[in-house]
Amino acid sequence: MKLVESLLKSPNTSMFDVEQIRADFPILKLKIDGKPLVYLDNAASSQMPQPVIDRMTKYQTMQHANINRAVHYLSETATAEYEKSRHKLKNFINANEEREIIFTSGTTDAINLVAHGYGRKFICSGDEIILTTLEHHSNIVPWQMLAEETGAKIRVVPINDEGELLIEEYKQLFNKHTKFVGVTHVSNALGTINPIKQMIEFAHARGVPILVDGAQTAPHMNIDVQDLDCDFYTFSGHKLCGPTGIGILYGKAILLERMQPFKGGGDMIASVTFEKTTYNTIPHKFEAGTPPIAAAIGFGAAVDYLSSVDLSAIEAYERNLINYATEQISHIPGIRIIGSATEKVAVLSFSVDRIHPHDIGTLLNQEGIAVRTGHHCAQPVMQHYKVPATTRASFSFYNTMVEVDALISGIQKVQKVFL
Amino acid sequence: MITKSLYQEVILDHNRNPRNYGSLDNANRSAEGHNPLCGDHLNIKLNLSEGYINDISFQGESCAICKASASMMTANVKGKTQADAETMIQEFREMTIGKLEPNDKHHLGRLTVFFGVRDLPTRVKCAILPWHTLQAALNSVATISTEADDDPMHVSIGNA
Repeated sequence: MKLVESLLKSPNTSMFDVEQIRADFPILKLKIDGKPLVYLDNAASSQMPQPVIDRMTKYQTMQHANINRAVHYLSETATAEYEKSRHKLKNFINANEEREIIFTSGTTDAINLVAHGYGRKFICSGDEIILTTLEHHSNIVPWQMLAEETGAKIRVVPINDEGELLIEEYKQLFNKHTKFVGVTHVSNALGTINPIKQMIEFAHARGVPILVDGAQTAPHMNIDVQDLDCDFYTFSGHKLCGPTGIGILYGKAILLERMQPFKGGGDMIASVTFEKTTYNTIPHKFEAGTPPIAAAIGFGAAVDYLSSVDLSAIEAYERNLINYATEQISHIPGIRIIGSATEKVAVLSFSVDRIHPHDIGTLLNQEGIAVRTGHHCAQPVMQHYKVPATTRASFSFYNTMVEVDALISGIQKVQKVFL
Repeated sequence: MITKSLYQEVILDHNRNPRNYGSLDNANRSAEGHNPLCGDHLNIKLNLSEGYINDISFQGESCAICKASASMMTANVKGKTQADAETMIQEFREMTIGKLEPNDKHHLGRLTVFFGVRDLPTRVKCAILPWHTLQAALNSVATISTEADDDPMHVSIGNA
């Protein structure tokens, strides 16, 4: 417990009070079969604090109507609140303009939007798209579908055994056919933080646009899209204490304007006749149909909440959590940590000798501990490590050192069952 | 709690010391079963003659539930007729998806240790994969997957 005490007393963690934060999350009071919930599946989806729940309830109770439509009070209120949320997201990632923020149903939807809107317009047969081994399936499959359709090729950046991208190999992959790069900011399976600024700079020096999948980044650290200078950046609301069904695509206005629409329908048009339809301006060109308005407003409230906690303090606190968890778990015999990048977020992927991840997951659940087991929608990563699956504990700023201890003793209990 | 009753000694024992594990020299039927959701796979070989399963073996990589299920299955169907085995396959499937109750008439014997799996929908496929593969082997189907469209049990499992 010495380390815990020293960590708890370190200046970084004193910047916010974790117990006070936990009080904002009603679900954390839950008991699973009489045991306190230890929620360590944050990389799959995070929990929602009361202010976000309240904001969505308020919208649904007193402000709901369809947006961008009618002249009546409720429609105007809903439209204003929806757009206010776009403004908050713009500030959250330091985008230049609101119209560069497209609401999507999530990260997957956003990547499909770019693969369609940009890819099907500008990528042709013989062109090459660079992706990395660390990608989630959602940043692989849309590009494969595009490649199959157009005859383009996918090139893949390999990783080392720590789970870090081989940047020299990345640079070698560029040639005159390279037309696009898709890279995840943070690996969902391993937690590796990729050197995306360097990667963006390199791609831009060769005139190649780059999309950054930020699904695992947003709840853990500050994002500044102008500083990164990425062409596209995307993340989902439900991974940063917001609701499911909403996410954003940030894109540079000059690119979004040149792209073709993804989905056709209401709202995305300027005028429609059976002879010809002209499209609306961005961001509306990419927001066909009635969006999940309550979710978009909740997303804005989640961003407010995270900003009130202070992302720099979150980053420091989570670093202490992962350092402590890594140190504690490495004392357990038979544990192999999968992914030990120098730069990583609070994700701990591991395997236990002779015990299948699904058995670990089921038995940890018996202790009230929620972890993810499986391939984490990142099968190429599993193939690199030659494992079919891992157990993954992914932390958030509302997790505690005591919960790390619960995980550690939970794993030891599982090992006893299989002795 | 259900999971406690699932990971009971008999299952842990079959996981530790699986029966009929390995290859089979005189096999005339075999099938490969996959669960792409978790990467589990197992191979079943058997010798079927005059309607009897004379010998049977399995091999593969899987979780404890799947391995114990395969081990107990092979021990239970060895020496039985194909028709008896198919009855057990049907009953085991119905048990894991909640259609067969403990007091119903059945031929599962100690295999009822898997009753608890019905309360863990994500683990039903682990328990059922060996049975599924056995059915494929008996019917001379080379490979099966718990996720394939033509999987005869796919719909029922999905609805579990």
